[in-house]
Amino acid sequence: MSASFHPSDELLVAYGAGSLDEATALLVATHLALCPCCRDVVEKVEFMGGVMLDDLPPSDLAADALASVLNRLESPAPRRKAAPVPPALAAFPAPLRTYLGSGLDGLPWQKLSAGMEQAVLLDTGVARARLFRIAEGVAIPEHGHEGMELSLVLQGAFSDHAGHYRRGDVASADGETVHRPVVEGGETCLCLTVTDAPLYLTGLLGRLMNPFLKL
Amino acid sequence: MHDIVEDTREAMTAALASLVQERDQQVFARLFRFYAPRIKTYLRKLGTDDAMAEELAQEAMLAVWRKAESFDPAKATAGTWIFAIARNLRIDRLRRERRPEIDPDDPALVEDPAPRADEVVAVEQSERKVRAALAGLPPEQAEVVALSFYEDRPHAEIAARLGLPLGTVKSRLRLALKRIRAQIGDFGS
Repeated sequence: MSASFHPSDELLVAYGAGSLDEATALLVATHLALCPCCRDVVEKVEFMGGVMLDDLPPSDLAADALASVLNRLESPAPRRKAAPVPPALAAFPAPLRTYLGSGLDGLPWQKLSAGMEQAVLLDTGVARARLFRIAEGVAIPEHGHEGMELSLVLQGAFSDHAGHYRRGDVASADGETVHRPVVEGGETCLCLTVTDAPLYLTGLLGRLMNPFLKL
Repeated sequence: MHDIVEDTREAMTAALASLVQERDQQVFARLFRFYAPRIKTYLRKLGTDDAMAEELAQEAMLAVWRKAESFDPAKATAGTWIFAIARNLRIDRLRRERRPEIDPDDPALVEDPAPRADEVVAVEQSERKVRAALAGLPPEQAEVVALSFYEDRPHAEIAARLGLPLGTVKSRLRLALKRIRAQIGDFGS
C-alpha cells in the first residue's frame, strides 16, 4: 500500500537536488522506499538535474585531464561489499537499515516516559534523526516545535488533529503546529523522526517534562 | 522537433548505454569531453574551488566508467544518470556525509501498483517534457528551481540570496513543480 501523507514538494526537490542534510535525506529516502508516487516525483527532479547539467556552459579542464582519467580506467575500483541483511532488519527499508547496526535491540534507547523511548541515530548539527518507540495507547504530551519535525511511521500507527498515519506516512509539523499524537491500533508504534530544532512541550505535564526529555 | 542539442543528448545516452557491453575508451572519451567540463561548472556553481572541482569532475567521470554497467537507458538519460553521480560524489567528498538512497532490489521496497510501460523512448520523451516545462516557467519560479540545485541549505539560503521571505521561496517552488507536473501529466497523484 502506498502512503497517504507525503513529504512536501520542497523537500522532494531538495532531496533530488542533493541539498538536504543527511538526517532529513534519510527520512525522505526511507519514505521513498515505501512510496512509489514520491519516487516518481524525485525521478522527475533528477531529470531536471540532468537537463540542468546538459545545459551548463563547459568549464576549461586541465590540459591532461582526459589523458589522466584514461590512464586510471583500468586501475581496480575500490570494492564495497554489501553486508548481508540481518533477518531482524529485513522489514526496514534499505536506506534506514545502514543506521540500525545489528538490530533495534542494539540501539542506545533512552526511556522518556512510561511506554515511550527514543534512540538517536544521527545528529548532523543541522538536524537530528531518531527512532521513537511508543507503546499502544500512549498519548505523547502535547508539544510545539521551534523548527521542522517530520515523522515517518515504520510500524503501527498514530493519529493527531491532522490525520491518521500508518506505515510509510510522513507527518509534518512546523513552528506553528502544536499537536498531541496518540498511538493507535494494537501495536507498538515505531517512527523515524527528524527535527531541526528542539521540541518543546506545552501544557503542565509538558513543562514539567521538558528538562528531562532532552528533545 | 530535433535540434543539435537534442541530438547530442540522445547520442550521449546511446554512447553511455553502449559502454555496458563494450568497454570502448573512444566512446568514453566522447562522454568525457561533453560531461567533464559541465560537471566542473556544476561544482563551481556550488562554491567548490577550481582545483577541487577539476579533481572531482575527473573522479566523477572515472565513476561513470566504473559504474556504466548499472546504467539503464529505460530509467534515465546520460545527463540524469551522470548528474546523480556528480551530486552524490560531492555529498560524499565535500560534505563528508552519506547519501541515503533507495535500493531498487530492496525486498522492503513498496512496488508501484500500476507500473508504467518503461521504455527508452518514454524516458527520452519524459525528460524532453521536463525540459520544455522548465523553459516555460515564469522567471521567478525558474530562478528558485535553478537555485535549488546550487545550494546546500536549500530554502533558507535561497531566501537569503534573493532577499525573499522563506514562505515565498517555498510557494514558488511548489508552483513550479505543480506546473511541471501538469505539463508532464504522468506524475503520481
